Amino acid sequence: MKKFNLIIFLMVILAGMTFTSAALAEFPDKPLTYVICFDAGGESDITARIQQQALQDALGVPVVIVYKKGGGGAVGWSELMRTKPDGYTVYGTNLPHTIVQPMTRGNAGYETEKIDNIYMFEFTPDILAVSVDSEIKTVDDFIKYAKANPGISVGGSGQPSANSLGCEAFGKLTGLKLTYISFTGSGTAVPALLGGHVKALMTYTSMAAQYPDKIRPLAVAADKRAQALPNVPTFKELGYEFVEGAYRGVAVPPGTPKEIKKKLEQAFEKVNYDSGVIKKMEDLGFIMEYYGEDASKALVTQLTDYYGKLLKDLGLLKQ
Amino acid sequence: MLEAIVGSFGHIFTVKVILMIIAGLFGGLMAGALPGLTATMAVALLVPFTFTMSPTEGLIVLGAIYMACIYGGAFSAILVNTPGTPSSIGTTFDGFPMAKRGEGERAILIATFASAYGGIIGVIFLLFLAPPLASVALKFGPPEYFWMAVFGITIISSLASKNVLKGFIGGAIGLLISTIGIAPIGGDVRFTAGYPQLQGGIELIVALIGFFCIPEALTMISNRTQKFHLTEAKHKGGILFKTFLEVMKKQGNLLRSSILGTIVGILPGAGGSVANLVAYNEALRVSKTPEKFGTGIPDGIIATEASNNAVVGGGMIPLVTLGIPGAPPDAILYGVLLLHGLRPGPELFTTHSEVVYTFIMSLFVATILMVPVGILSGRLLHRTVVRLPIRFLAPIIFFLTIIGSYSIRNNITDVYIMLTLGVLGYVLKRLDFHPGPITLGLILGPIGETGFVQALLMGQVLPNKWMIFFIHPLSWVLIIMSLLSLAWPLLMKKFSKRWNIKEMSVDES
Repeated sequence: MKKFNLIIFLMVILAGMTFTSAALAEFPDKPLTYVICFDAGGESDITARIQQQALQDALGVPVVIVYKKGGGGAVGWSELMRTKPDGYTVYGTNLPHTIVQPMTRGNAGYETEKIDNIYMFEFTPDILAVSVDSEIKTVDDFIKYAKANPGISVGGSGQPSANSLGCEAFGKLTGLKLTYISFTGSGTAVPALLGGHVKALMTYTSMAAQYPDKIRPLAVAADKRAQALPNVPTFKELGYEFVEGAYRGVAVPPGTPKEIKKKLEQAFEKVNYDSGVIKKMEDLGFIMEYYGEDASKALVTQLTDYYGKLLKDLGLLKQ
Repeated sequence: MLEAIVGSFGHIFTVKVILMIIAGLFGGLMAGALPGLTATMAVALLVPFTFTMSPTEGLIVLGAIYMACIYGGAFSAILVNTPGTPSSIGTTFDGFPMAKRGEGERAILIATFASAYGGIIGVIFLLFLAPPLASVALKFGPPEYFWMAVFGITIISSLASKNVLKGFIGGAIGLLISTIGIAPIGGDVRFTAGYPQLQGGIELIVALIGFFCIPEALTMISNRTQKFHLTEAKHKGGILFKTFLEVMKKQGNLLRSSILGTIVGILPGAGGSVANLVAYNEALRVSKTPEKFGTGIPDGIIATEASNNAVVGGGMIPLVTLGIPGAPPDAILYGVLLLHGLRPGPELFTTHSEVVYTFIMSLFVATILMVPVGILSGRLLHRTVVRLPIRFLAPIIFFLTIIGSYSIRNNITDVYIMLTLGVLGYVLKRLDFHPGPITLGLILGPIGETGFVQALLMGQVLPNKWMIFFIHPLSWVLIIMSLLSLAWPLLMKKFSKRWNIKEMSVDES
């Protein structure tokens, strides 16, 4: 028995020494760590949990989800910069967070370009929503009401965020004066709406899907209607050029070998075509997206341009 | 409903489910007793294991873990003066002095019975009064959260009645520490001194470990030459039954604390960390012998432990009726429900009534089973701590503080922060600043700040934006409660002469 243990021990050491060369050939051969930079139980966590099983099947190794929360994700992403680039640690990422944080903070701890997104798997558009018992039934009603009551309160998650910037952009587009009130998450803004503390929410489609009997979505800020909300028009249909929302993806540490990135990209793509994953995501109001590594880069570049201009207009760019 | 309740027994009373509950209870107890592993973390860690179970079984296990974890925090609070979870901060005040006197086992038993009592009361409210109580959660807007934080701060005046000034200075230190990092509203970066790692601010658990654990371990070491063991254990026969009767005689305290815990649990954003201190404060205020609080009396432990376990049931009230998590661990249960395709809300009771009622009834069973499981583990843990010489105990505690502070966010920076705060805490303790008010400031800082800024933004449509703090009736209730709480020690002093006479006559009779 003792001898056997010794052999295993030596094999482990040997495996460790040859690891760097073997890794390329047999990646992955040990558990993958999937880091979520937000609270357990939040939406980033839920999407990762939906992927977990399918991802384990696609990679053939266990997937462990851990949390490194703080600073609206920035604490985790600055850690990503220093993580060993062996492909065994991937980080959940969010847009526009990784674009606007470095633009507005003195030192966010990372640079947008250093976040190497290998796959962006979903888009959650903004929605403008009111409580179900509100007298506001359409976007036109809302605009009429907001014109009559300048400065009405619109709640949302975080600042600057897809919600807060969406609220600003929509106000600018329609010439309305709205007061954005930031909450520490999409979920915490909901009771404030139901209790009448804010008049409306600039929130995400997922909230309308999760609270169908309490929230009345007026319009979706996307190119097409959301699967979970087939009866809710897009702003574009109503004649407003307003598209805004948050993307979720996964990134690897800077310097990760190309072959490993390719394997992870393929695995996440496979997960994204899993019918069980699609159903669960769409039921919760998320819109499936299929941005591979190159497409993700292009998306980030395009959005960096957009948010740069928006933040400059709002006077929010760091000095 | 009755049918559903009776039907649920068929699901719960199977060997498999009962074994799962007991396993969950042991796991939760251990997680709760280890500082750094909170109920939220313990529940989150176990989520993947529930994927292979049915939704009902998964919820049952997570519920048992949650319940036991909140209770388990009392063990370390009593035995080594370190709250295992933020819900047991107040348990250190009287639990540890009792343990130092050699009554650790009795203190643990008190905590056990009080926790079970509180847990059951919370679940009863969840079962019978969930819909009407859930609407309370919605009445609380930003101005109310601000006033609630103010009320919470006033607790210091009775918590630190021996030196109110030092108490408030401690509270202010806590409030200041809570401002480090990204502002909860607006996203400004504050006091990070250029370190991106500090963007996340000082995590409450990390500060708890630093302020409670490190000073205690350092004190232990500095007294090592005089004392070989941390505490002595006096063994007493028949302690189990005697303590049970003793706790059950305190119906007023038990019931008041449990109801307070339920109410705080219903409010989203507040949780056991607030509930246990509020309950402690109220127990102290109605007591005829407030000066005995903090010296190791059962009433202190009863108040904190009954209230924090009542939070479990209370926090689930808005969760199951509105889909709004009341306390942080409920957010994870919410995620589990969603993952299993169960959408919390009124329709959960109608379309999935079996799942809901089985879950609620399983919490009952878990709470009751928690008593034997707790007594068993408590005795074991107590003996270990009492028998371990300080030269082993102190290094073990140091080791656990590092593991604990790292594991909360998987971040090494938190370990450095914890050690820094630990040294600061030791110095402050020598200067007679108690860690209680400091952590209270740390807990209430973000709640108060968020409410304050949000309310001011809301107030912009009013003629004067400051009016927002005074136009809701509920705000006034909280304002009056704050004033009363602040003035209480002074009022007590004024009337103490009259009351002393009464008390004496009671004592004599």
